Amino acid sequence: MSVTVIQPGILVTIQDLGRPGFRQSGVSPGGAVDAHALRIANMITGNEDSAAGLEITLGKLRLRFSDERCVAWCGGGASDVKIGELMLPAGRACFVAAGEELQFMRARSGCRAWLAISGGVDVPPRLGSRATDLRGGFGGLEGRALRANDRLPLGKHSLRTQKLLESLRNTHVAEWGALPEWAAPLQTPRELVLRIVRGADWTRFSSAAIADFLSQPFKISPDSDRMGARLDGPALQRSDEGTDLISEAVAPGTVQVPPGGQPILLLADCQTIGGYPKLAHVITVDLPLAAQLGPGDHVHFREVPMAEAHHLLLQREQNVARFRIGLSLHA
Amino acid sequence: MEITPLGDSALLVRVCDRLDDDPALALDRVLEALRKLEAANLPGTIELTSAYTTIAVFFDPVRVLEAGAPANAVHEWLGDRIRAAVTDNIDPAVAATEPRLVHIPVCYGGKHGPDLDDVARHTGLSPEEVARRHSAGEYRVHCIGFSPGFPYLGGLPPELAMPRRATPRKSVPAGSIGIGGAQTGIYPLPSPGGWHLIGRTPARLFSQDADPPSLLRAGDRVCFLAITSEQFETWTE
Repeated sequence: MSVTVIQPGILVTIQDLGRPGFRQSGVSPGGAVDAHALRIANMITGNEDSAAGLEITLGKLRLRFSDERCVAWCGGGASDVKIGELMLPAGRACFVAAGEELQFMRARSGCRAWLAISGGVDVPPRLGSRATDLRGGFGGLEGRALRANDRLPLGKHSLRTQKLLESLRNTHVAEWGALPEWAAPLQTPRELVLRIVRGADWTRFSSAAIADFLSQPFKISPDSDRMGARLDGPALQRSDEGTDLISEAVAPGTVQVPPGGQPILLLADCQTIGGYPKLAHVITVDLPLAAQLGPGDHVHFREVPMAEAHHLLLQREQNVARFRIGLSLHA
Repeated sequence: MEITPLGDSALLVRVCDRLDDDPALALDRVLEALRKLEAANLPGTIELTSAYTTIAVFFDPVRVLEAGAPANAVHEWLGDRIRAAVTDNIDPAVAATEPRLVHIPVCYGGKHGPDLDDVARHTGLSPEEVARRHSAGEYRVHCIGFSPGFPYLGGLPPELAMPRRATPRKSVPAGSIGIGGAQTGIYPLPSPGGWHLIGRTPARLFSQDADPPSLLRAGDRVCFLAITSEQFETWTE
């Protein structure tokens, strides 16, 4: 009924889809940096979308299962995932027998991966969510990253998982799976481009700064974390007097620019309000790519109209609904 | 009232243009708009959060589309509804209630307020006088943010204003009372911080098991009550 951490990895936390509803108390919604990836992995294992799984940063995690489970992982940062000697591709359901070990090897590309385990990680919810809030020190397991010998309680299997386990008992890895771009957003190597819409303070920046922002590559700095990816590139100068702004809300995806001119792309654990100018916002459907930005990676930004951001999101959600129907036919 | 996008899934409603003229009035107007928006229960809304002069409306664009918004004008459609809700005449049911008054016990100086002497030097007052003036005033919570339960308090006596520390501390103990610029605030959890620490409260400002988890709310009136270090050690809520 549990999974034991043999090797804790670099930064592994329990995450779910986050805890919206407490921003007014200064609590960031948090949750998986790529909530879409965790949701898809959960769907594949027969879990509720909101079940808690593991967020694995840069691989190197080893787990041992005490009973049989169905698992699936999505994302990047763990090119090789093995169950015993069996390789498990991203976006596929897999049977894990009691006593078996699952291993996330060193990351080859990308930064973060999400592992769903059937039944979900059953730690007590805090403020309506099991997500680990590292800064607040609550949620998940004692509000902290996993350590060796931690034992994570697992929940009960859904009816669909029970059928799935029977059908995978002999074949182990399912032949069907998630769309490749959902399973592993960085699967096809290419230059990473994040699409943005303009932020409220776009016009506070010089035309040279805007041109640089939309044409130059930015490198992810090593001091990036779940709060934000710090970007090294041309300093983005403001064209107004650079006066202090009144603090107002920010959100995951916001690109804010501190006085030094090096932008910060905010991620799931960002503050709820901030006082730096908001240059742009990465669109929701590109947050899975943003979640894969690791130290040393390069990123470009491209502007799209707001209507396109909404159209792409609607399209994705329609595809998720179809995928859900498809899954129900497999088990 | 200006409404601007905060990405594709949130709108920022600028209730007031300026804060400086009358911060307390700005706060009251923001809180009134917040109450109206809460009562309006706009389609697809996930949560509302207020800051000094603004309210952010977080929503699910797909649910807004399902509620009838045109595909190429989700923000405009929702923005119209926000504007209508905020400019609506006050419904007595959502009319302003008298703000709460919350007393926060503070032990000033010593190990609990390592920067009290610096603030005294900077202001030309004695440490005792800094503490007296800080606890004599009445403050209001403009918003909660920076970290869970952290109140941004307006109403600091102007003579106690102080630029932020050149080097932020890596770790500030929970309950520390700080001065940063013209503001004062309380660190609810151990965290890094660049404000000058003049005292510490034994009160718990954030609890993950309470709803709401933050002791203070936007709009609250706050008074600091000076206590001794003995009272600090034996304080029970």
